[in-house]
Amino acid sequence: MPVTQEPFLLLDNLSKIYPTPTGDFVVLDGIDLAVNEGEFVCVIGHSGCGKSTLLDMVAGFRQPTEGEVRLQTVPIREPGPDRMVVFQNYSLLPWLTAYENIYLGVNSVFPKKPEAAKKHIVMEHLEMVGLADVAHKKPGALSGGMKQRVCIARALALRPKVLILDEPFGALDPITREELQEELLKIWQDHQITVLMITHDIDEALFLSDRIVMMTNGPAAKVGEVMPVPFARPRDRARIMEDPRFYELRNEALDFLYHRYAHDDT
Amino acid sequence: MTAPLDIRPARSRFDLQQFSGQVLNWLKGLIPPAVAFLIFLAIWQLFTMGPEANLPSPVRTVQNTWELIINPFFDNGGTDKGLFWQVLTSLQRVAIGFSLAAIVGVALGILVGTSSLMYSALDPLFQILRTIPPLAWLPISLAAFQQANPSAIFVIFITAIWPIIINTTEGVRQIPQDYNNVARVLQLSKRQYFFKILFPATVPYIFTGLRIGIGLSWLAIVAAEMLIGGVGIGFFIWDAWNSSRISDIIIAIVYVGIVGLLLDRLIVFAGTLILPEEQKQ
Repeated sequence: MPVTQEPFLLLDNLSKIYPTPTGDFVVLDGIDLAVNEGEFVCVIGHSGCGKSTLLDMVAGFRQPTEGEVRLQTVPIREPGPDRMVVFQNYSLLPWLTAYENIYLGVNSVFPKKPEAAKKHIVMEHLEMVGLADVAHKKPGALSGGMKQRVCIARALALRPKVLILDEPFGALDPITREELQEELLKIWQDHQITVLMITHDIDEALFLSDRIVMMTNGPAAKVGEVMPVPFARPRDRARIMEDPRFYELRNEALDFLYHRYAHDDT
Repeated sequence: MTAPLDIRPARSRFDLQQFSGQVLNWLKGLIPPAVAFLIFLAIWQLFTMGPEANLPSPVRTVQNTWELIINPFFDNGGTDKGLFWQVLTSLQRVAIGFSLAAIVGVALGILVGTSSLMYSALDPLFQILRTIPPLAWLPISLAAFQQANPSAIFVIFITAIWPIIINTTEGVRQIPQDYNNVARVLQLSKRQYFFKILFPATVPYIFTGLRIGIGLSWLAIVAAEMLIGGVGIGFFIWDAWNSSRISDIIIAIVYVGIVGLLLDRLIVFAGTLILPEEQKQ
């Protein structure tokens, strides 16, 4: 029997419909998306287009009404450490130190590892994001950028197959945001991990991703267009900014978002 | 050779100027309440100076109760004890009743907060029960326990438990969705979820409940003791009324107020010890 090669992560005809007294409310309508192993995919679209719902279904927080998400052919039914999520608002536990926040996950996912190995994993990942020296500070004593670094370290410490990021840098100032984008890119290259990231920021998506998935407006949002990003890796921000293709792609994305699918609530 | 570095932390160096500045600020803060208190005493004195006044003036109160004020520790047996012993007896009842209410209340609150079935079943009941005045419980508890002391303790328990339950429940229900999502992604065990997320997230709400609860306990004990008799600041007031010792009542009321304030501060202080810096409200 011939076996068709299924993509690493597959969103197969995914729909989310909420029944309401006045009829069904369709959030997402038949989303198809195939993500290859090791690929960096950004999803952009206006707020309210169901990006977060899409991400929730990949993470396993919500179940699709129709269709399914499959990771290595296995349907996703619940959240799990193979799909780690970095949330927009940090979501570190404020009563635990940076070290303890990461350790909590490591200890839960690898309960059988010896204590020294767990400690090593935590410190290794804190070092990866350059925060080993603030390991014993609580999130309240860390800056926004540092908190988000801890979140990324916590996610990667569990060796996920897919890293899901929900507008991870949206709350950061522009300089910190650029720093973290570069760090994320480096981590992605070093770990060969598959990344699915939601963002509002076209420049960010162009700098980071292999492909940009542009969603149409909700309700009943679909995948409008998928834009391949051709820049060679490793990427250099300054070089990309000089590339004429950068502006072509940027204009194309802007045109998609602000002309063809302009938000009408302005 | 270089001189040894001064590595002492800055605050350990005694800075006289800074210290005296702090004392001065503290004294300045005392001026408005002291003035208000003096005005209050003056008005009180003014209204009770006439010969046919029903209540004693402040000066008269102190004169009448001087023995009680200077000697709170006397014990002549029976209910004839100094104010220290009266207050201590009341505090013991509050301590037992309130501790039971805290244990049961927090446990019930967490149970009701984590289960939406329990919440929809029990919350309406709690909302009704919490409005019942403390003393309305006294006859029922006397009927059930047949003894004064357990009845008084039960009244404290049943008075203090509602705000503790309701605030704990609220705290559990207010746990940010982000934390629950984190728990689900990390696949935390029930035990880990309880100790690392649910309980720490709920502690500030629990302390709010405990603070309201201790205030209500102290309100209730004074009223309950008036009815059950025996040693205790509540019965001391009632006994003084029956013997027309109005000045004694006033002094006892001052004690009740100060002890109530101290109890409230005690819970706040315990809260500051337990709550991490980031969570202080």
